[in-house]
Amino acid sequence: MDSRPKLHYPNGRGRMESIRWALAAAGVEFDEEFLETREQLQRLQNGNHLLFQQVPMVEIDGMKLVQTRSILHYIAEKYHLFGSDLKEKTLIDMYVEGTLDLLEMIIMHPFLKPDDQQKEVVGMTQKAVLRYFPVFEKILRDHGQTFLVGNQLSLADVILLQTILALEEKVPHILTSFPYLQEFSVKISNIPTIRKFLEPGSKKKPPPDDSYVRTVYTLFAP
Amino acid sequence: MAAKPKLYYFRGRGRMESIRWLLAAAGVEFDEVFLEKKEQFEKLEKDGRLLFGQVPLVEMDGMMLTQTRAILSYLAAKYNLYGKDLKERVRIDMYVDGTMDLMMMIMLTPFKPPEEKEENLALIVKKAKARYLPVFEKILKDHGEDFLVGNKFSWADVQLIEAILMMEEINASILSDFPLLKAFKTRISSIPTIKKFLQPGSQRKQPPDQHYVDTVKHVLQL
Repeated sequence: MDSRPKLHYPNGRGRMESIRWALAAAGVEFDEEFLETREQLQRLQNGNHLLFQQVPMVEIDGMKLVQTRSILHYIAEKYHLFGSDLKEKTLIDMYVEGTLDLLEMIIMHPFLKPDDQQKEVVGMTQKAVLRYFPVFEKILRDHGQTFLVGNQLSLADVILLQTILALEEKVPHILTSFPYLQEFSVKISNIPTIRKFLEPGSKKKPPPDDSYVRTVYTLFAP
Repeated sequence: MAAKPKLYYFRGRGRMESIRWLLAAAGVEFDEVFLEKKEQFEKLEKDGRLLFGQVPLVEMDGMMLTQTRAILSYLAAKYNLYGKDLKERVRIDMYVDGTMDLMMMIMLTPFKPPEEKEENLALIVKKAKARYLPVFEKILKDHGEDFLVGNKFSWADVQLIEAILMMEEINASILSDFPLLKAFKTRISSIPTIKKFLQPGSQRKQPPDQHYVDTVKHVLQL
């Protein structure tokens, strides 16, 4: 029997959160080892458990996977979140790559100087509303289906929902001009595995706070 | 009969260069449209050919492909450079992602303030020697095979040789402590399709100069 995947990362969202979302959406239970001290990180590094000395790292199927995108692709492939053929897979990939570019701004946000943080919220809102949301709104409107690609749940839907909810925490009415995305958000949130992940007590992590930022600096500052 | 892939980008390396390398490695001929004026870019956007308003854009197989990694994954899958199963694929993905992290540092250097250039290049060399090159040297040492994954030429080998050659442009002796990578470089360079791409007159682009930086800033209105 396969043992459960094990995630190595600080106790917070960061780059691991997309992976938690993908596993949860696929209905896969996982364990977590939270990095809190520099010694823990060094033990992983010195023990050659981290290919490029970095986390996220996910132990799964006898492998130690690193690099967020590689891990997401592996999960998507293994748990059928990557479409039904190469063309669908490529569309999903394109949508995920774009969404991850937007999510990157959210991930980096807590580490900006406080004076820059408010400006960055404006920046990410603009990017979302001008560059990314119109694209997904049009895709959903044009095919009229629930899911972005191939009429079934894929990694693209999961990462987009993750990003929408993260943005809504900072900008509550960000979907005002996007009725199809509003409907998408409700529908995808109601998929049983995802609804479970959105309930209190799940492994979904809260928004980054000062304690998380401090932990990250402790672990990774040169 | 399928038309040749058509690449839309600036006349220079940037994010398109890895795509040129992979097509060339696969022995696939391609055409290029070089963006020199902002009106060309605006037309591509207006015509709806740029999913998120960005290049690289590759038109092939009836699709408008954007997002560098999505394009590369598509090419790797289509031209059998992606390993034989999911386990090989995830290893190729991890190696490529790590290599691309390093290459991204090199790619961004011309766009940073000139007074930071020396420091940036020194950091790149340091990261390459401490974090990335030892990993690939060890992989080759551990299995003793000619190629990084599965004893077969793959996208991972193409990405690595591109990175090695770029780094040698920054620091000619960067492989001095890595004998297996030196042999790897020689071996991969003599694969017929790669050898052809390395000859003068191929579609391989020159290192970025001021004209390239100015063109990018003009076209993208940065």
